Amino acid sequence: MTEGTRALSRRGLLGLAGAGVAGVALGVGADRVALAMNGMSSPAQGSSATYPFFAQHQSGIVTPAQDRLHFAAFDIADITRTELIELLKDWTAAAARMTMGASAGEFGPAGGPYDAPPDDTGEALDLPAAGLTITFGFGPQLFDNRFGLASTRPAPLVDLPHFPGDALRPEVSDGDLCIQACSDDPQVAVHAIRNLSRIAFGRASIRWSQLGFGRTSSTSRAQSTPRNLFGFKDGTANLKSEDTSLINEQLWAHKNDGSAWMVGGSYLVARTIRMTIETWDRTSLREQEKVFGRNKGEGAPLSGGSEFTEPDFDLVGRGEAPLIDENSHVRLAHSDFHSGAQLLRRGYNFVDGNDELGRLNAGLFFLAYQRDPRTQFIPIQLALAKSDLLNEYIRHVGSAIFAVPPGCREGSYLGASLFGDDE
Amino acid sequence: MIRRPLSLASAATIAALSLSGCVANQPARGETPTLTVTSTADGCAISASSAPSGSLVFSVENSGSQVTEFYLLAEDGLRIVGEVENIGPGISRDLVINALPGDYFTVCKPGMIGSGVGKAVFTVTDSGDASSLGGNLDEQVVTANVNYAAYVKDQVEQLVTGTEAFTSAYIAGDDDAARALYAPTRMHWERIETVAESFGDLDPRMDLREADLEEGQEWTGWHAMEKDLWPHDAEPGFTAYSPEKREALATGLVTDTNTLYSKVQKVEFSLDQLTNGAIGLMDEVASGKVTGEEEFWSHTDLWDFQANIDGAHVLFDGIRPVLDQKDPALAATLDTEFARLQNLLDEQRVGDGFRLYTDLSTSEIRALSDQVNALAEPLSRLTAAVLL
Repeated sequence: MTEGTRALSRRGLLGLAGAGVAGVALGVGADRVALAMNGMSSPAQGSSATYPFFAQHQSGIVTPAQDRLHFAAFDIADITRTELIELLKDWTAAAARMTMGASAGEFGPAGGPYDAPPDDTGEALDLPAAGLTITFGFGPQLFDNRFGLASTRPAPLVDLPHFPGDALRPEVSDGDLCIQACSDDPQVAVHAIRNLSRIAFGRASIRWSQLGFGRTSSTSRAQSTPRNLFGFKDGTANLKSEDTSLINEQLWAHKNDGSAWMVGGSYLVARTIRMTIETWDRTSLREQEKVFGRNKGEGAPLSGGSEFTEPDFDLVGRGEAPLIDENSHVRLAHSDFHSGAQLLRRGYNFVDGNDELGRLNAGLFFLAYQRDPRTQFIPIQLALAKSDLLNEYIRHVGSAIFAVPPGCREGSYLGASLFGDDE
Repeated sequence: MIRRPLSLASAATIAALSLSGCVANQPARGETPTLTVTSTADGCAISASSAPSGSLVFSVENSGSQVTEFYLLAEDGLRIVGEVENIGPGISRDLVINALPGDYFTVCKPGMIGSGVGKAVFTVTDSGDASSLGGNLDEQVVTANVNYAAYVKDQVEQLVTGTEAFTSAYIAGDDDAARALYAPTRMHWERIETVAESFGDLDPRMDLREADLEEGQEWTGWHAMEKDLWPHDAEPGFTAYSPEKREALATGLVTDTNTLYSKVQKVEFSLDQLTNGAIGLMDEVASGKVTGEEEFWSHTDLWDFQANIDGAHVLFDGIRPVLDQKDPALAATLDTEFARLQNLLDEQRVGDGFRLYTDLSTSEIRALSDQVNALAEPLSRLTAAVLL
């Protein structure tokens, strides 16, 4: 361990300022930057990676998808606008500290007043940041009459329509606020949500939350495409951080999108998708590949080539039937059939115990970022919900949408632009 | 004690020789001999020209630029023993067959037209462990198809009659009579559900659940009337349908049922459609019936459950002669598991029908679900077993 690494320990770091200066000075305008204060040059070093909290865009979006997730949606208590701003400031301070590998509070889990509980819960005490990113979002309900925000609700933050087959449960849907914590270490991600939730007690409480144990998307070409619980590579055609012009066009909110405070932000759709894997597992390989439109081994489209070969939807086989079924997942979701619309997916596999019938409560926690759900997620999901062959094996049980504001400068707080405090 | 390692060694040597080393590239396959086939524009290279009888894998890679097919032909060069079709360029796919000793031909068909390229003699030597297949399988398959098509027609005929009676009572406002006819009539639908679902938009018009509606889509069919007849669990503010709406729903269902009737007059089935139909019906049970989601308002899920099982059992019985030759152990397993499931269902019988889903205890539902899995898992091997 070098001196630089020691400086990042959750106990030792007393103030944010010093570390923040080093991180932000180098990281302005870039989401994916190694925190250089300890001399490390690459963020791709697994557990040692850190991503700056203060940046133009929030981290945890184009950041190379970490392996683990803890996501929580919150309901805000009966508080004032001022108290809500205070909460966001407190969250900002704690998140900035934790993403650098420091403790949630100033004293840390093993220090501070001896007769007071520690200001950090401690389970991440000896762990590095492990690529932790903490990303905040605002649900549509935030823009009701409680906080004087009704006139600032962005047009793309629509209430999602009912999609055919939706079996949504209110207790795992919606929310005033959300926090997405991603890390390569599950304990670090859980530590972040736990401490932010603790900080919020009395002001906001968890409405629902979801753990994800394995990423199902790549957000960088440097990453290989992972597999979902059906055993298929899914999201080969995902938007990736290297696609800079597409990212600019399809991911970040622009000035002419209507809400000045959202410029540089994005819109997040979260869907909890239960998979009936027991039924899937007794489906023939022929059927499985037909459903996805890709082969299982390499993820190549059934029209041929390898994983990243563009699918040829016109190529026919025996009986003039297309090699890629018209209702296959890859075809229905493909940007060719949605005026070029794409999503930046950042989903995670989950298995939350089992249901009362002894079936694994397994699925995909789908997270997709985009510039405008009205032209991206909604039309794509409508096509899928109507006809996707996969529908026989999946069920959407949770749903939420959030406006994910732009990042913030050091000294400011997440969401400041929404409250007119962005100077 | 000396002979045993010796005999093992010699067996291994024979295998290695006859397979020309192709097993080494596929260690994960275990003991099944694997031959690699490379299909190109003008060739169909195979890693060995002979193999021992029994289970064989042809791992076919399409190295050409067109969609290709691979065939294993009988001695006459005409009869297809095994085939893989629709292999896209760059894609590999396996053909797994149970090969009898004899002479065969291998051939690839890039572009899927003409007589193919690279036709070569392929010899299967007698390894002594191949099961001998007797009887005329083709004839048995034809019989199974004819019988199943007749079964489908018979069920739809009864569905037509039952639907007329049900809708008459429904239009007349005789709700008790309609409720009594609802579940028994639907059983004729559920027995052939996988066939009924194959006719485009008939299924969504006749059997759609409320949760599956698109926004703005009109809800028609059995379940729309089910909610009207059993409004107990409906959302607050739900009002009974007007006589006009009742009549429209009823007339639509009768019309659609008659359309279904005319469509099934001409149906024919392939062997894999029969086996996959049985598997599909079990999936219906697993995903909709055992969970109580199908009959959300009437809770008559066990009628549907029984009907799906009936249909799967008929399909299984039909191809039973084929399976008896190909995999008698699987046939015996399926007999056992079907019987166990039927016993569990019989425990829930009341009079001519069943207990309501909402009256079942968690452990009773759990037992049914476990037995559905116990049957569905071996049943999922049926297609591969009869096609092999």
